[in-house]
Amino acid sequence: MNPESQLRPYPTRRSLLKTAATAAVAAPLLSACVTGGKKDDGEAVATGAKTADNPLGVKADAPLEVVVFKGGYGDEYAVKAESQYTSKYPQAKVDHKGLQKVGEAIQPRFVAGNPPDVVDNTGAGRLDIATLVAANQVSDLAELLDAPAFDEPGKKVRDTLLPGVVEDGTFAGTTVALNFTYAVWGLWFSKSFFAEKGWAYPATWTDMLALCATIKKSGVAPWTYQGKYPEYINDPLLGMAAKTGGLDLVKAVDNLQPNAWKQDGLVQAATAFAELAGKGYLMSGSEALSHTEAQAAWCQKKAAFIPCGSWLESEQKGIAPAGFDMVMGAVPGSAGDKLPVAAVQAASSESFLVPAKAKNPAGGQEYLRILFAKASAKAFAEANSTLPAVAGATDGLTLSSGLGSVRDAVTAAGSGTFTYRFRTWYAPLAKAVDDATGELVNKRLSPADWATRIQKAADALAKDSTVQKYTR
Amino acid sequence: MRHGRWRFLLGALVPALVLHVVFVLSPYAQAFYLSLTDWTGVAGEARFVGAGNYARLGGDSLFLDAVRNNAVMLLVVPIATIALGLGLASLLRTRRGSAGYQIVYFFPQLLSLVVIAVLWGFVYNPNTGLLNSGLRAVGLGGLTKSWLADPAFALAAVMAVLIWSSVGFYVVLFRAAIDAIPAELYEAALIDGAGSWTTFRRITIPLVRESVQVAFVYLGIAALDGFAVVQVMTVGPGGPDGATEVIGLSLYRNAFTYGKFGYASAMGVALFFATLTLAILALRAGRKDRLELA
Repeated sequence: MNPESQLRPYPTRRSLLKTAATAAVAAPLLSACVTGGKKDDGEAVATGAKTADNPLGVKADAPLEVVVFKGGYGDEYAVKAESQYTSKYPQAKVDHKGLQKVGEAIQPRFVAGNPPDVVDNTGAGRLDIATLVAANQVSDLAELLDAPAFDEPGKKVRDTLLPGVVEDGTFAGTTVALNFTYAVWGLWFSKSFFAEKGWAYPATWTDMLALCATIKKSGVAPWTYQGKYPEYINDPLLGMAAKTGGLDLVKAVDNLQPNAWKQDGLVQAATAFAELAGKGYLMSGSEALSHTEAQAAWCQKKAAFIPCGSWLESEQKGIAPAGFDMVMGAVPGSAGDKLPVAAVQAASSESFLVPAKAKNPAGGQEYLRILFAKASAKAFAEANSTLPAVAGATDGLTLSSGLGSVRDAVTAAGSGTFTYRFRTWYAPLAKAVDDATGELVNKRLSPADWATRIQKAADALAKDSTVQKYTR
Repeated sequence: MRHGRWRFLLGALVPALVLHVVFVLSPYAQAFYLSLTDWTGVAGEARFVGAGNYARLGGDSLFLDAVRNNAVMLLVVPIATIALGLGLASLLRTRRGSAGYQIVYFFPQLLSLVVIAVLWGFVYNPNTGLLNSGLRAVGLGGLTKSWLADPAFALAAVMAVLIWSSVGFYVVLFRAAIDAIPAELYEAALIDGAGSWTTFRRITIPLVRESVQVAFVYLGIAALDGFAVVQVMTVGPGGPDGATEVIGLSLYRNAFTYGKFGYASAMGVALFFATLTLAILALRAGRKDRLELA
């Protein structure tokens, strides 16, 4: 072996310095790329005359580009709305893109200042909506909300939506996104399994603990949860807290008020879940299971309850055995609650937005008006067994047991729906809450420490001047 | 003729250099610049914030968890992998049928890291996983753990996967280095009455030193990363409660979930310097006493 022929594995001092110097010279030249997007506001925006038939002033021949998340719901419903758009404006050319990674595709276009006209910012790779708002990349949809509904004469678009949908898309007083699907959170169980065992769904937490004792004695684990993603067990916990403390509690949390996380309602709910874990009512091993694994175990009747949103039924298609008849119940309450026992946590998702720099914003809004029409929503509900954000979209449809229970829960709740906004407003706080709750239900954190820890994270966020704050 | 040769060389080099500059050097340079801004990843402009992002790193408890975990990985993963790799490679030198084993050891290298992480996620499943089922089958049910959900074991479980997935490659690398050692040295040692441990310590190790050194650099870089396995396999991911957080994951979350590209770039730049320092230190450490064999 000849050592001379070996590569010298380390750089000499000179070559290192030379490289560093070259990099330093090149840096300012190259760095122009990322943020070099023009702040060109003078570009022509397509508009037409506003008439009763064309309330948003769509320019009939302006092209429309729609980017849709093609996930569990597919993108046929969006294509259907597009063909309705073209039948109304035959000269318009519609460019449809159904993607799985919406964020990756549209992020560079936002930066470059040439975004599409409608974006369905959904799916694992979606862009953080609060960040988009802070960067002024989304437009105000007020005009659309006040426009007449597409197929419900005499109603404004605003009035056709389920409670909370407009608020969910509102940031600092401006509605910038409309969510197409409506999710409700609760506790799921198999109706047939419960009937067979003679168990009744509990309305209060005391009854829940009593039932859990019975269930455990029969050899079934009372609860399981999607431990790999602790946010799932967070939802019933925060739901119980909201019932106890009412909307004031929820608002205090969202508005980052001092000691918001130390409110009685939250500490009580945390104590309840610590007790659930302490009494061994959570299926052992749940803490390490992914959502698919935990939900499969639940479908195999290894556990009686699982917390989840209303998408669970479609997610378990083909996994839940025939006759499983899953239904969702509202999170149990307790004596002296400020919200009724039927109150449910409900929020819309699948956010459609019209970028601020869209070339055909009127067309984008008109497209959303067509998409959020009752007929379009009904077709969506039928195809995907998911509740759309449009009120009454499921009227007259024969619903599966899960979706039927979700609709009944929404009806029973009436105006008693609530939702926390901090999750979309402040993603880092959501992470802190998830981590703390994961520790709480694994008996590594006491309820008092849980509250203290999250409060510390919330205080740090409130003090951070680089984060845009929202209030409700 | 000479003229044409230059033209040919240029024609062959320029496209590669241009690609390298545009897709490798330029992003590096941009990351340095972006780390000094508050760029959100979706805005057309970025505000210059000076060293503010770097100042925040010190107060970010999750980032500090990540640094701690990467430091532990940096201590454990290279040493364990190299020890196992060297041990197996020198066993292969003396045993028959070693070629077959060499191929078997190399198998994990053929799988993508994501696939490995998914498979090991199944192995670690507390209720139905291979590991706990195996322990129960041999009567060691008391040792079963919720491996990835227990903060005391989660990082170890991740490191075990990293080591498992890379040992095979280093067995092959060290085997090649050992094969290059003249057989006379081993024969002479044998005649002098050296046992296999003495032979390993006095002959094999000094003569594969350079390979080990290179292995340290590669493994050190791998230990500073760990993103893919952690992202796919762990609770949270990065949990429970930051127990398996790594710098790469913090960076990814800040950039793509929180929309803080400026801050994430600062993490990337910090990681860049950590990696560079590690590489230089590791290569300098063993620079002296190079042996000449032939």
